[in-house]
Amino acid sequence: MFLWMRHLDGVLLLLVLALLGVSLAVVASASGQSPARISGHLVNISLALAVMLVVANVPPHILSKFGPPLYIAGVVLLIGVALFGEVRNGSRRWLNLGVISFQPSELLKVALPLILAWYFQRHEAVLRARHYWVGAVLLLIPFLFILRQPDLGTALLIGASGFYLLYFAGLSWKVIGGGLVLGSASLPVVWSLMHDYQRRRVLTLLDPGADPLGAGYHTIQSTIAIGSGGMFGKGWMQGTQSQLDFIPERTTDFVFAVFGEEFGYLGAILLIGLYLAIVGRGLVLALRAPTLFGRVMAGTISLNLFTYVFVNIGMVSGILPVVGVPLPLVSYGGTAMVTLLLGMGILMSVATHRQINRS
Amino acid sequence: MSARPQIKNLDLEMARFQARLKVAAGFVLLLSVVLLARGFYLQVVQHDFFTQRAENNRIALVPLAPHRGLIMDANETILAENYSAYTLEIVVAQTESLDKTLADLGELIEVTPGQIRRFRRLLAESHEFETVPLKNRLSDEEVAIIAANRYRLPGVEVKARLFRNYPTGDGMAHVVGFIGRINDTDMKRLREADRLQNYKGSVHIGKVGLEQSYEALLHGRTGFEQMETDSGGRAVRVLSRIPPLPGHDLKLYLDSNLQAVAEHAFGDHLGGLVALDPQSGGVLALVSRPGFDPNLFVDGIDPETWKSLNESEERPMVNRALRGIYPPGSTIKPLMALAGLELGLVKATDKIVDPGYFSLPRSSHRFRDWKPEGHGVVDLSKSISQSCDTYYYRLAVDMGIDRMHDYLAQFGLGEKTGIDLEGESSGLLPSREWKQRRWNKPWYPGETVIAGIGQGYHLTTPLQLAIATAMLANGGKRIEPRLVQAVRDPHTRTWKQQPGQVRDKLAITPAHLEVVREGMLDVMRPGGTAAASAAGAPYTIAGKTGTAQVVGIKQGERYDARRLARKHLDHALFIAYAPAENPTIAIAVMVENGGSGSGTAAPIARKVFDYYLTGHYPADMKQDVKRAAN
Repeated sequence: MFLWMRHLDGVLLLLVLALLGVSLAVVASASGQSPARISGHLVNISLALAVMLVVANVPPHILSKFGPPLYIAGVVLLIGVALFGEVRNGSRRWLNLGVISFQPSELLKVALPLILAWYFQRHEAVLRARHYWVGAVLLLIPFLFILRQPDLGTALLIGASGFYLLYFAGLSWKVIGGGLVLGSASLPVVWSLMHDYQRRRVLTLLDPGADPLGAGYHTIQSTIAIGSGGMFGKGWMQGTQSQLDFIPERTTDFVFAVFGEEFGYLGAILLIGLYLAIVGRGLVLALRAPTLFGRVMAGTISLNLFTYVFVNIGMVSGILPVVGVPLPLVSYGGTAMVTLLLGMGILMSVATHRQINRS
Repeated sequence: MSARPQIKNLDLEMARFQARLKVAAGFVLLLSVVLLARGFYLQVVQHDFFTQRAENNRIALVPLAPHRGLIMDANETILAENYSAYTLEIVVAQTESLDKTLADLGELIEVTPGQIRRFRRLLAESHEFETVPLKNRLSDEEVAIIAANRYRLPGVEVKARLFRNYPTGDGMAHVVGFIGRINDTDMKRLREADRLQNYKGSVHIGKVGLEQSYEALLHGRTGFEQMETDSGGRAVRVLSRIPPLPGHDLKLYLDSNLQAVAEHAFGDHLGGLVALDPQSGGVLALVSRPGFDPNLFVDGIDPETWKSLNESEERPMVNRALRGIYPPGSTIKPLMALAGLELGLVKATDKIVDPGYFSLPRSSHRFRDWKPEGHGVVDLSKSISQSCDTYYYRLAVDMGIDRMHDYLAQFGLGEKTGIDLEGESSGLLPSREWKQRRWNKPWYPGETVIAGIGQGYHLTTPLQLAIATAMLANGGKRIEPRLVQAVRDPHTRTWKQQPGQVRDKLAITPAHLEVVREGMLDVMRPGGTAAASAAGAPYTIAGKTGTAQVVGIKQGERYDARRLARKHLDHALFIAYAPAENPTIAIAVMVENGGSGSGTAAPIARKVFDYYLTGHYPADMKQDVKRAAN
């Protein structure tokens, strides 16, 4: 056995590889067996697996030290976006660094939980209410920047990951309950502050038929695809909606529509089951983690993954508004793949560095 | 800090964390159930509904327009044919800006202002999402240029379309007619006739002439291809195919050479001519001058040309043979004479003395004969050959307007002939009852007098006169005129004769008919009014001239009224059949403001007879014909 293999969690690895296998099959079908897409997807997966392998071999206490610098870098880049960012499709999300252009919000998906976990680990012994206040501030800074881009979806997802961390770190139930009440009470205010396109997406969700060729088109076509798949699906590469180009973004955000059409309800049950197994394994690893950092990170990563799954499948099947969230570990796309497998790497690192950490 | 509380604290913290993990797991499971429930609803409960939606998405019925039937003359010379060409079409709803698209196109290929005007007119008649042609008959080069630039010209398409060509041009325009783009009125009519489905792939429909009246036969049956299409509507593969069935071909009685001779004979005159086969009712020639170029209408006419055609004083769009109504004048006299004989009002041998006028009893008003000094002693035969008005003034008074109406009606006057073209006029055959109904006025005796020479309220079309003439030629068989002789089935490729209709068979005493015919023969003999037009003919002609007064006569037609102010010449008429012993052709000629029947109308008929009966072209036409034949 190679030494570096020691830090891979066998169960999690198997589940992730199974999911990646599904991903390859669906992306191959969704792309119309485009060799460029498939090889690109393979490159992304290999790269992300390498990242996972490396991260898994880094002890958690070292990983935690990446929190502050990554977070600061992320926030600085967000400020950069606000000042110099490129406007694409009406919102300022991209930062052009000459060679590559990317969305700093992606970085925050990792950096925010990391810095919060690092912060709570540091103050583990003396956690008081003020520490949660600091955590809330750390959460709100990137949240508000991303909200202003505007990118409500990403802001909510990043906010959720920060919230999960606070939750696992022991945020008082009273605060959570109070927050929920306050949140629902402020919905009308939020609505009034929302941008037109955001309101349209919410309205489209309530009645997709109102604008069948515009905002509702994505959802209508994806629900048709899923619904027409039936119990057993139309078969791999046999989905008419998918193969005839009726589903937009079908290798990326709407890949579940292709999956649902070609593999049916049975396939969907198995896929969701696979996700639940990964999330479950993550929660088990969280329970076994020896440090607070490990526990909260493992719990947050697992819940986060599930949140992506829920939001993505929810939007593709027409019960949530359309936001730019890929189906974790299945959708085509390098950044998300790397970010997600990096998370898996952190999980494995937490799971396999117990003894080392203790000693 | 001591070790004990630290450990205790840790246990408590672990217990608390475990509880939070359980809550999180419960939250995850709950949301998973939501997803699975949604999946169950979509994929199991609503499966059939979404399957149907997916099928509707994917399968498109693509109509396949049939080839329109050909129209050809009796010698199978093509009068209307199809050709396919590429057209440049625009769907305005798909363009970013129409003006910009037009400007961009103008830089790539030549687009004339006339084409843009026509496009805008068609656009005004169409829906925004309909495809409207900008330029027809693209060259291969233009097709290539557009194809290469299609990516930056949203809404612009090059389509292969079937077009119609009328090689005979304006000569046949009033017979063959033309097709034009299907408009809202056509759509409505098709929908009401439940034929709209058959026009799914069609752009054109017959608008005028045979193209209109035989639309149902010419169009053919639209085929369909069931295509699998992608979201962009691009065809992926054919699932099933019902081929289109071409339309029926039409063969006419009409001889395009004869038609050309007749047209040529008109020269610059306006008017109408109908030549019939008196036995079958087949239309051998049907002329309305001036004509127009039907090819202008196929692609949609541009507004300027349309305006000039429509507002021209000469009214080229009006088919004078069917719709031009004129007083029949003296051409009615053979029918009047026959009526007098049949009703027992006169005998062939009865003679009158014509002083040059006629007066009603107890009236000083003189109805003048065209010959001021009078015709002297006149019998029935001479009344025809000399066209003696006084004879007929008297006969009309003896007959009375109602008996006149009833007898003439049997020759089809005042009634549509039933020709296989739409829009014919029924003319006007006056009667006491009609005047009461139409004008709410009693009939005056003086009106009967002038009715006797085909003036007054009388209005007939050249076609009606031709039918009446044919009845004199065939002994009273009231035929329905027919342009189409045979129809070719697209399947079997065999011609099916269209039987001519005989509406009525008039019982005429042969001796009476013989007297009238003899009078008409005398018209063409030395001393007769049209003797000059029969000179040297190697066959016999029976005819009758007519001259209808223009001034002082009530006119039914608007365009006549306009011309009146400018031109006061009489309309010239001539009816005839030949050869008199065994007639094979009956003709009616009407020349607007032609002066006299003998001077302008009869020579036209002679040229038509010459070609039809001897094959000789008019001397001044030979070069033209040779050119046309090539």
